[in-house]
Amino acid sequence: MVMQQLSGWGRTAWTVADVVHSTDPGQIAHTLQTVGERGAIARGLGRSYGAAAQNAGGVVLELTSEHDPLGIDAILDPITGTLDVASSVSLDSILRMCVPRGWFVPVTPGTRFVTVGGAIASDVHGKNHHFDGSFGQHVSSLTLMLSSGEIVELSPHSRPDWFWATVGGMGLTGVILRATISMLPIESSKVRVETERLPHFDAVCEAMSTEGDDGDYRYSVCWVDLLATGSSMGRGVLTRGDHAKRSDVSDDEPLAYDPRLRISAPGWVPNGLLNKWSIKAFNEAWFRKAPSKRHVGMESIPAFFHPLDGVNKWNRLYGSQGFIQYQFIVPLNRTDVLRKVIETFSAAGVASFLAVLKRMGPQNPAPMSFPTEGWTLTLDIAAGIKGLAELLSRVDAMVLDAGGRHYLAKDSHVSPSAVRRGYPRLEEWMNVQHQMDISGMWRSDLARRLGLIDSRRNS
Amino acid sequence: MKNGVGVAQNIVLFGGTSEIGQAILDKVVKPGVSRLVLVSRDIDTSTSMTQKIAEAHPDIDIHHVRFDAGDAASLSHVVSEVVSEIGDIDVAIIAQGLLNEGVDNYANPEALIEMANVNFTGTMVLMYALAARMKSQGYGKIVLLSSVAGARVRKANAAYGATKAGIDGFALALDHDLQGTGVSVLVVRPGFVTTKMTQGMKKAPFSTDPQSVADLTAKAIASNKTVVWAPGILQWMFLVLKALPQSVWRRLPL
Repeated sequence: MVMQQLSGWGRTAWTVADVVHSTDPGQIAHTLQTVGERGAIARGLGRSYGAAAQNAGGVVLELTSEHDPLGIDAILDPITGTLDVASSVSLDSILRMCVPRGWFVPVTPGTRFVTVGGAIASDVHGKNHHFDGSFGQHVSSLTLMLSSGEIVELSPHSRPDWFWATVGGMGLTGVILRATISMLPIESSKVRVETERLPHFDAVCEAMSTEGDDGDYRYSVCWVDLLATGSSMGRGVLTRGDHAKRSDVSDDEPLAYDPRLRISAPGWVPNGLLNKWSIKAFNEAWFRKAPSKRHVGMESIPAFFHPLDGVNKWNRLYGSQGFIQYQFIVPLNRTDVLRKVIETFSAAGVASFLAVLKRMGPQNPAPMSFPTEGWTLTLDIAAGIKGLAELLSRVDAMVLDAGGRHYLAKDSHVSPSAVRRGYPRLEEWMNVQHQMDISGMWRSDLARRLGLIDSRRNS
Repeated sequence: MKNGVGVAQNIVLFGGTSEIGQAILDKVVKPGVSRLVLVSRDIDTSTSMTQKIAEAHPDIDIHHVRFDAGDAASLSHVVSEVVSEIGDIDVAIIAQGLLNEGVDNYANPEALIEMANVNFTGTMVLMYALAARMKSQGYGKIVLLSSVAGARVRKANAAYGATKAGIDGFALALDHDLQGTGVSVLVVRPGFVTTKMTQGMKKAPFSTDPQSVADLTAKAIASNKTVVWAPGILQWMFLVLKALPQSVWRRLPL
């Protein structure tokens, strides 16, 4: 038994659990037999920001294989691009293996250091949601271990209700062991990127709206300056693009891929280094750095998709108090709420180092999947700010009143009622979850706080 | 647990009618708290004291549990009772205490025993019971209202000061014992606090009020400190006072 303190990527809300590292199904099944009343949850690389992959007083099954001496447990079909992969494998490993062979992951979040299991359980999305949907839509089948130790094969065609309850199910239906993923063919490892500076929030929304040409780009996302006020309130830098064609790159090795980590954050950082003033200066520089006219350039995969992965352990930059990531979505016609939220944060002097706006495409069949047609705004906020709980609760109400909701993989604070209002199919999902987990074994700190599991149990 | 912005979901106050305890609740009850339990001898008073919280936070589930802190042996059962009502105890604030002001300790052994039971024996039993539950939860915070009276016991409140010295020392060692379990103890050492407990008494230097104590306590909970003095200057004052030889200490007009 290894008692270990765990937190999410935001480094807040640490709790202690018995951490068992194994990717071997036999060993995991054996561990499940010893799990007590505090239950168990699977954990990958711990990139969810809040408490989704920790389980205070219970068991945490750590499924990672970054240092597996046997190499990457994945088989790529070079003709169809179908990847049969263990859940513990990271997107980083998959990219190293598949990009040089001309295949890209169908969906990647802002970091490649997530496991396949975590990507499915959170049903992650990326810059291509409006074009390709979320991760779960590219999974053709998955292998799941139930709390009984039984192993089941799920797909959108066989036991679809169990499959879709697992996609976006936050690990509460079982331990994902393997998955089959349909990869995306690419001709080069470069991305053709169009960058444009937008002077205010209306221009941002217009450029990304369905009426514009946003649908022509596979990838589209806008960085927004939350600290700009007056006529430049909500100004942004829009980047859109697609994988470059073979003919677009002059390289001898068009599929060369080199995702080396560049720098590391220092081991200790004072609280408050990232404050209103330092962020304001950064935002100004970032906005000015972008070309004022629309500009086309070539970027590498790491630079375009995973810029923050270039700084190892960047989450330490917020100091010992950590940070939260606030991500919500509102329907397409509610840009007024986005504006109100930005104004509320700005008026409260809350600075966000990274605020990102994206228009999302239609929802998939998973009841607990976050993305739905609308606008999603994501911001990082230092956790130690005074009055943050009250401020967020006001913003939560604006989001929910507009028919919006919060992303559970990033959530750190919403109330049980916020999930009930934001996810109208929660009850349907809970019914399926109860069928799949008869003994009520799966539980995480997130699930306890939000009442995603039977709240009558006092453990 | 607490959430990402430092708000605990389930909070329990032992000594539910304590003014300092109430002031701490006012600071730590924020959006994100789910359940609140007040344990006291007098649940009518504790109920009336939570009216403001109930109005401001209608979605918080508030419970009142009747219990006499003098019944030291049964204090571990009250923890099970609270757990069966609300599940996990994330933060426990222990504000129960007797001062026995105006009691002639030379002639009142029963009152002495009761005070020792509430301030020391019962609180120790309670803290072990809380720690055991919290260890199994992998998370928890015990906030003990100690006193500067225990920092160096003086003749004016020898018995009270001794109970506080005892529980304070115990609490620090318990925190040490709990290292690595996710459970921690915060010892709060207020100076003279103007409350109903100290009504009519002569104010000591650096006296403070319940709100200031609560403010410092809430900050100390957020920053994971083990000891907090209220006001902060007492820490430096007692650093000197504790170092004085008996011959000098006894001559001080304390």
